[in-house]
Amino acid sequence: MTSKYETHEHDVLIIGAGGAGLRAAIEALAQGARVGVVCKSLLGKAHTVMAEGGLAAAMANVDRADDWRTHFRDTMRGGKFLNNWRMAQLHAQEAPDRVRELEQWGALFDRTETGDIMQRAFGGHTFKRLCHVGDRTGLEMIRTLQDRGVELGFDVFMECTVTRLLRDGDRVAGAFGYWRESGRFVNFKAKSIVIATGGIGKSWRVTSNSWECTGDGMALAYEAGAELLDMEFVQFHPTGMVWPPGVQGILVTEAVRGEGGVLRNNKGERFMEKYDPKRMELSTRDVVARSIYTEVKEGRGSPHGGAFLDISHKPPEVVKQKLPSMYHQFKDLADVDITKGPMEVGPTCHYVMGGIRVEAETGQSSLPGLFSAGEAAAGLHGANRLGGNSLSDLLVFGRRAGYAAAEHAKKTPMPTLDTAQIEEAEREVLAPFERKEGENPYSIHHDLQELMQNLVGIFRVDEDLRKALSELEKLKERAKRMRVEGSRLFNPGWHLSRDLHNMLIVSEAAAHAALARTESRGAHSRLDYPKTEDEWGKKNNVIVQKNGAMTLFEVPVRETPEELKKVLAEDGGK
Amino acid sequence: MADITATMRVFRGDGKNGTAVDYPVPVAPGMVVLDAIHSIQAHQAPDLAVRWNCKAAKCGSCSAEVNGRPRLMCKTRMDSLPLDQPITVYPIKSFPLIKDLVTDVSWNYQVNKKIPAFKPRPGVEWKMYQRDVDRPQEFRKCIECFLCQNVCHVLRDHDKHEEFGGPRFFVRVASLEMHPLDGVSRIKLLREQLGIGLCNITKCCTEVCPEEIHITDNAIIPLKERVVDEYYDPITMLFRKIRGS
Repeated sequence: MTSKYETHEHDVLIIGAGGAGLRAAIEALAQGARVGVVCKSLLGKAHTVMAEGGLAAAMANVDRADDWRTHFRDTMRGGKFLNNWRMAQLHAQEAPDRVRELEQWGALFDRTETGDIMQRAFGGHTFKRLCHVGDRTGLEMIRTLQDRGVELGFDVFMECTVTRLLRDGDRVAGAFGYWRESGRFVNFKAKSIVIATGGIGKSWRVTSNSWECTGDGMALAYEAGAELLDMEFVQFHPTGMVWPPGVQGILVTEAVRGEGGVLRNNKGERFMEKYDPKRMELSTRDVVARSIYTEVKEGRGSPHGGAFLDISHKPPEVVKQKLPSMYHQFKDLADVDITKGPMEVGPTCHYVMGGIRVEAETGQSSLPGLFSAGEAAAGLHGANRLGGNSLSDLLVFGRRAGYAAAEHAKKTPMPTLDTAQIEEAEREVLAPFERKEGENPYSIHHDLQELMQNLVGIFRVDEDLRKALSELEKLKERAKRMRVEGSRLFNPGWHLSRDLHNMLIVSEAAAHAALARTESRGAHSRLDYPKTEDEWGKKNNVIVQKNGAMTLFEVPVRETPEELKKVLAEDGGK
Repeated sequence: MADITATMRVFRGDGKNGTAVDYPVPVAPGMVVLDAIHSIQAHQAPDLAVRWNCKAAKCGSCSAEVNGRPRLMCKTRMDSLPLDQPITVYPIKSFPLIKDLVTDVSWNYQVNKKIPAFKPRPGVEWKMYQRDVDRPQEFRKCIECFLCQNVCHVLRDHDKHEEFGGPRFFVRVASLEMHPLDGVSRIKLLREQLGIGLCNITKCCTEVCPEEIHITDNAIIPLKERVVDEYYDPITMLFRKIRGS
C-alpha cells in the first residue's frame, strides 16, 4: 500500500533532537522501545546548543538552604500562578536527579571548591541554583545527551522535516516528511510520537531563536486535532544584542547579570531601582524587559536603542572565565571589549511559555499516542519562565514523555498508515513548485516578522491585536499563492515555504490568545488592561481547530492542593 | 561604510557540475558573510543551499571557505575582507558536495560511533575539582564545525578517511581520556582505528579552530604520548610478552 514510499517503523518516534527530544529518546530506549529521532538539522545543532546561563536545580551545593519547595515557589511566583502546579512540583523535585544523571553520562560542569557542581544566581531564583559550564551550558548538555543516545543506539534521521502527523482513527499513527538533502519523501510509522520541536521565535523580527524555531510541532499537533495552551505568553528576553544590525536579537546571557552585571540608562542611572528595587537586575525577565523598553521609549536609551549592561567592574580574567562566549561574541561581532566597557542590550523574542496542552506526569496530549515535552509543550512556566528552568524542563519532562511514550507503545498494536492522508500531504508540500507565478516565501516571512514585532510584541493593545489577526489573514492568502523556484535538492526557499505554514498557525494562535486575555500578567502586558485580574488568574486559554477554524476556549487553572498552597505562602530564603 | 556594494562570488552546483556565480550585495555595518548569503537567498537566489543555525558561533553549522580560508560564515565580518575584490565563498573541501555550500559530513558521525562513551570507574565518588576539569572542559568547547577535519592534510590531501579519525575525534577522545573519573582506555582505538600515528603535527587544525582549542598541543600530542607509552615502552613491551597478550 505504501511501498512507493520509504517507510520506517518504530515503537516511539521523537520529532526534534534538542534537549527534550534526546532525553525522551534515551528514556524510551531504556524502557526497551525501538526509537527513531527525526530532526531538521544535523544532530547536535538544535537550539538547545545556544542555551548559555545554566540549568536550574535545587541541589543546594552553594546555598545550603535551597530545596525543592523554594524552587517550586520561585517557579510558581515567576509564572504568576498560572502554571500547572503539578508540573512545577515534579520539575522542582526531579531536576537535581536529572543533573546528576548528566554528570554520570560524562557532563563536566564547573565546580565548587569542595568538588561539587557549581551553581550561580539568576533572575527570580531565591538561591544560587543554576548549574553551569561557563556560558555554554546548552552545548555541554546536548553533547552529553547526544553521546548517550548514540551509545544506546537510536536511529537518527537528520535533516529531515516532518510536515504532517498521520492518523489512524482517533490516534496518531505516524508522520510524513521529506529529506532536506534530496527532497524525497519519507514516512514514519509509530505507536507513540513525542513532539519536542521547541519554540516559535522565528515569527518575530528581533529574536534570539535560530531558523529552526518555527513552531513546527505545535502546528503539526494543532492540525492533527490536539489542543494548544497559553499561547499568549511569549517571553522577550531583556538582553539581546542591538548593534550592529546583523546581530540584532542575538542572546546576551542572563549570567552577565547573575555574575554581577548592572543595567544603566544614558543618564548613568541604575534604572532597575525604579522598577524592582528589591531584586534589581535579577528581577524576572518580564519585568526587566519591560523596564528596558520603557527607558528607551522615554528617551533614556543607549545610542542604538537599548540599555547599557556593564560587567567591566569585575576583573577581566573573571569575566573571560565565567562569560567566555559573551567576551568573544562582543569582541568579534560588535567591536566591544566587555572587560573594558558596557554592552548595548535590548529585548529579544526568546521563548514561548505556551504550547501543546499535556498531562503533567506523562506529557500526553489531548490526542491518544501523541506526547510532547520541552518548549513545544505548555504548563510548567505559566505566564513567565525563569531563566534556567528551561534546560531543567527539557530533562525532567523529556524523560517523563519518553517513559510514557514507551509504556503506551507496549500496550498498543502497530497502526496502519492511510494512503489518502499521505497523498494529500504530498500534494500540499509540492504545491508551491506547481505554480507558474507567485510570491517568494522570503518576502512573506519578512512581512510576518514585521507584523508580529510591531503588533504582538512586549506591550499589546486591542486595536493592534485585531489588526494583527486581519493582517495574518492576508498573509495566509499570500502564502497560498507562494511559488518556489529550483529543484527539490536542498532548496532553502522550499524549506521556508513549509516553515512559514507553521509560523502562520502559531502566530495566529499567539495573537488570538493575546486578544482574549484582557489583563496583564507575566510576559503578557496589555496597555489597555494594565492590571492583573484575579478572575483571569483562574483560567488558561486553549486553542483548537474546529471545522477548519481556529477556536479559543477557557479552562480552569488546576487548583493547587492545600499543603502546596502553604509552601507558596511561605517567605523562605533571602 | 555607507553605500558599499560587495561582490559575493558563491559556488553554485552539485556533486557533478558547478561554477561560481557573482551576486552584488549591499554591505551594512557589522555585516558578516552569512548575512550576505542570506541577503542573496532573500533577493536573488532563494534556492541557494547553506547550512546555519545559531548565527552566533555556537553551533558550528556554517563552515565554508571564504577567500580560500576555512571559516565560520557567521563570525567572518565583511569589513575584515577586501571589498574592492570579489569575495569567494566555497564549500569546505574535504567532504563530498551535496549542493552549493552544503557538504555531506555524515562520515564524521560514523567515526564518532567508534569511540566508546564515558564510563566511570567502579565505585567512584562524584567529586571533581576545577583544576582537574579545566583541561577536558577545553575539549568540550568543540562545536563540531569540522573546520579542523577540513584542513587536515591526512583527510584533505591524502583522503585517508578509512584509516584516520581526524582532529575533531582526537579532541573528543582527549576529553574522555582526561576526564578525571573515566575508567575506559581508548589507546588501542587511537592507534588501530583512528590512526593517530598519521598526524604529523602541522597544527593546521589548531589554526582554524573557532573555539581556540589547542588541538595539537593539548589533545593530539598528549594522546600520541599515551600511545607510545602503551605500545613502545620497553618495560610494558616486556611485560606484555611475558603475559602473552
